[in-house]
Formats: sequence, C-alpha cells, structure tokens
Amino acid sequence: MKNMMEVKDLTFTYSGASEPSLKSISLPVEKNKVTALIGPSGCGKSTLLRGMNRIHDLYPGHRYEGAINLLNPDEKGYTNILDIKKEAELIRLRQRVGMIFQKPTPFPMTIFENIAYGLRLSGVKKRADLQEVVERSLRDAALWEEAKDRLDHDARGLSGGQQQRLCIARAIALKPEVILFDEPTSALDPISTLAIEEMISVLREQYSICIVTHNMQQAARISDYTGFMYLGEMIEYDQTDTIFMKPSQKQTEDYISGRFG
Amino acid sequence: MELLFKKIAQLSASLVFVILAATTVVLYLSAKPAIQEFGAGFFFESRWAVEEKVELSPAELSELELLEADKSTFISDDFIEDEDDFIMDDEDFITDDDMESDSNESRIVYGALVPIVGTIFSTLIAMLFSLPIAMGIAVFLSEIAPSALAKPVGVAIELLASIPSIIYGMWGLFYFGPFIADLFGGNTVSLLVAGLVLGIMVIPFMAALSRDAITTVPDMLKESAYAMGATKLEVIKDVVFPYAKSGIIGSIILSFGRALGETMAVAFVIGGVYQFAGKITDPTNSIPVVLANSFAESSGLSLSVLFYLALILFVLSFAVIAIAKLYFLRGK
Repeated sequence: MKNMMEVKDLTFTYSGASEPSLKSISLPVEKNKVTALIGPSGCGKSTLLRGMNRIHDLYPGHRYEGAINLLNPDEKGYTNILDIKKEAELIRLRQRVGMIFQKPTPFPMTIFENIAYGLRLSGVKKRADLQEVVERSLRDAALWEEAKDRLDHDARGLSGGQQQRLCIARAIALKPEVILFDEPTSALDPISTLAIEEMISVLREQYSICIVTHNMQQAARISDYTGFMYLGEMIEYDQTDTIFMKPSQKQTEDYISGRFG
Repeated sequence: MELLFKKIAQLSASLVFVILAATTVVLYLSAKPAIQEFGAGFFFESRWAVEEKVELSPAELSELELLEADKSTFISDDFIEDEDDFIMDDEDFITDDDMESDSNESRIVYGALVPIVGTIFSTLIAMLFSLPIAMGIAVFLSEIAPSALAKPVGVAIELLASIPSIIYGMWGLFYFGPFIADLFGGNTVSLLVAGLVLGIMVIPFMAALSRDAITTVPDMLKESAYAMGATKLEVIKDVVFPYAKSGIIGSIILSFGRALGETMAVAFVIGGVYQFAGKITDPTNSIPVVLANSFAESSGLSLSVLFYLALILFVLSFAVIAIAKLYFLRGK
C-alpha cells in the first residue's frame, strides 16, 4: 500500500522556544487508512498534525527541519511540503490536506455557503455545480437528511454534533487527498461522537485520514495504524492491534494500560 | 448582606429608567410652550428668530389696539446675529402682544430645520469619513500587525479616544479648518470641517471598540477558514467581519450617537449661522451648538424653543439607536 504522506525526521521548534517540540518524528500516513496519534497532553501530537498542512505558518517564526512528503496527484513521486514558500502554493496545499478542529467551527453564514465556501475560494461560481457538491458532501457526512430543508439557515443554528459533521462535509467538498482530524470529538456528546466515528470509517474508502485523539478507545475502534507520542518523540508506531495488544515499548504499554497520561 | 447587595444592584438598575423618564418629562414640559406655539411646523421652518408679520382679524385688531399704547417696537434686522436677537426676543415675546403701528401683529419665528439638517449632515460626513479608517485600524491592530506593534498602537488609540472634545475643536478651528479651506476652497468654518473634525474625533473610539469585537473571533474559526484555502483578506471579509458583526455595529452606533450630540468640537468649526449650507464648504449650524450658544441669553419662549430643540435631539438620538438595534441585531 502506498503512503499518502510521509513525515521524515521532522523536528519542529515553536517561535521563541529554545527546545524543539517535535524531535525527529517519522510517520507514514497510508492511503485509504486511518492513522491515529495518541499520547498524553503536551506530547506534540497536535503540533505534528498542524505541521502536516502547515497551518503553523499562519504565525511567524516557527522552524521546521526534516521533511513532510506528500504524494503527487499523479501518484509518481513525492513533494516535500516544507519546501513550499509561496502563499498560493500553501493555499493549494491546504485544499489538498483538509483539517477538522477540536471544536465545531461553522462559518458565520448559511449551511449551503459553509459547504460551498472552499469551492468558491477555488473559483467555482456556477450555482448548479455548487449545488451538486453541497448535496454530495452533505450526504457523505450523513447530514443531508437533517439539513436539506434548511440549507439557507445560519449554520450556527445546528447542534454541536451536526456542526462538526458540517465541518467534515465542508472539508470533503474540496475532495482533499488527506484529512487531518484534531481531536474532532472532544467537544461532543457520546452519540455525536459515535456518528463522527462511523463517518470516519466510511470516509476511509475515499480519503487518507490522520486523527489525533485523547481517547484511546476511539483510536482502537477506528484506526488501522497508531502512533504513540511522548514528550515530542514518536515512541512507537505500528498496526493498531499490535499497539493495543502487544506493544514493544514499555512506555506505550504503561500509557495504554492507564498507568500514566 | 446578600439581600442588601441585591437591593442596591436593583436600585442602580432602576435608576437608569428613572433618569430616562425624568429627562423626557422635563424636556417635554419645558418645551411645551414652544410646541404649542410652533407645533410640527417647527421641523420644516428654516428661519430662526426672524420677525414675521401676522394678519389679524378686525376683532382681534381692535382688541390689540387698546394694548398698543406704549409698546416699543423692534424689528430684528440681522438674523445671523442670533445672540443679539435673543435678548430682544424676550421683550417681544413674553408679552406676546406687541405690534407695529400698521395694525399688523408681528411675531418672531423659530424653526429647527437648519440645525436638524446641519446635525444630520455633519454626522453623516463624520460617519462616512471615519468608518473606513476606523475599520482599517481595527483590522490592522487585530489581524495584521505583529503584537509588538499592535499593543503600543492600541494604547495610543485608546489615549486618543480620551482627548476632550474641546481640544479637537480648537485644533479644528486654528489648524485643520484653514487646511481644509486651502484644499477645497470655501470657509475655514463649514459643514465639511465640522463633519471631518467629528469624524477624526470618533475614529479612535470606533476603532478601539471594533478591535475589541474583532479580537473575540476564535483563532480556531479563522484557522479553519485558512485550512479551506482562504487568504487573509478572504478570512477577514468572510469570517472575521460577519462573526464580529454585532460588536462592530455596536461600535458604529455608539460613535454615531457620540457624533450626533457632540457640542464643543462642532461649535468651534461649524460656523453657527442659521442658514443651509448650499455647498458642503459653507457654514451652517447644528442642534447642540445652537443650544450651547443660546442658553445663556434665553428666557421665556426663546428658552422653551431651545428645550423643543433639545427634545428633538433627544428623540433623534434615541430613534437612531433604537432603529439600529432593532434592524441590525434582531434575532440576537
């Protein structure tokens, strides 16, 4: 199976910090698989994720070393996204590598416009095209039945779980190659969490997914591969079953069994 | 203790309504003679303190002739010099029965149209001028400037907002007015100068409040827009402004209210003449300026006229804020 993304020896230092927050991290994100990142708070898993679409670069002064390779659209060879300098290319990167955040972040506009927003940014103007994508994205995000009658309502009127599904619909409307989830269910109730998890396992058929989660059961339920991080280092990366059944590192085992973290 | 605290808080809150009601009642009662005298025509009358001859019926005439005897007559000759007028008006008006020898009664006419129009236009000019600049400052401080720059500039803006308005007035009269007159021609005191000085005055106010509103936009929301491939401009236009809309509109309403009632700064630079500004560079007048300039020399009906004018300003400010709140913030 091909790797969609490959993080190689990534060292990342926040602006003004003397110590790096990520130390020589390597991580593959396989195509059409779910890769989970687990670890205690402050271990750097979100920092790593935010490097993978270079959202860090919104704030100046952070330093990267190493490489994050993204499979080219023609599937021949990789491009190191850390080499990107131009704003326009960064924007293109973020459309190829979508991101879902800890809390639902509906834009202050209608449900329809929320989904259509990314397309409008990339220059799609025809109403019919937009309509088609909005419907398809909402169906993929299992939100169509609930939202179809109120597409012209403010998206902030949806419930928390619906808002998060809206954000996922918004991300997949752009047909990204990779979707990054940064603790997507940490602000949701158990039922909404379950809905998101089910959706992720369906989305896997079309997208490559990397998810950061605090919830180990969640990682065990939905991921194919799991990386355990601790204090800015990747302690262990393997198939999820292996990580949870017989991890090779003592630290991983301690964390999995709840002895710390 | 708990109860006492509750009571005190309650009292403070109800005080607002008491003050509001008391102000309205006092304004209305004091304005009543003028309201009865001029009625709604006050709004559409552009003359101020001008003598007008009134045709009277024969019955009234005969009655008045008896009173005519030793009344001194006065013809106001120059309505621009309103201060002089007012003193005379009192003599004229309190008795309300003096007349000229040709058996026509004359009365002094007051109309609010010039100051109303002057107030509205100077405020509109101020808003048109300050809105884009204040928004630019607010966006720059909250979204674009690095924090090392945003903090000191932010403090400077807040300091500017606290400068007493009379200082803006003096600056406007001695420096800014001549500068504008050089630039656009016309007078050194004019509707344009008043509007611009007002605008400059409310910029820091509006900018500081709008910046506060914009900084409430969650970083995560902005990041998710960037994560969709938005540029900075698109994030500001599509996410930041709509999200902070109610706060920004609030800052505009407050600034509008401030500009509407501003007295000292405008008094220096608007000219204080009772005529319409045919050109934007002509001098005219505004309600608070009329009030401030005339109170000292007024009594009786001419004082009541000022209260009528004050009531109009009061209702105008109230209406602007009420309409803006209802229109922009509905559904909140």
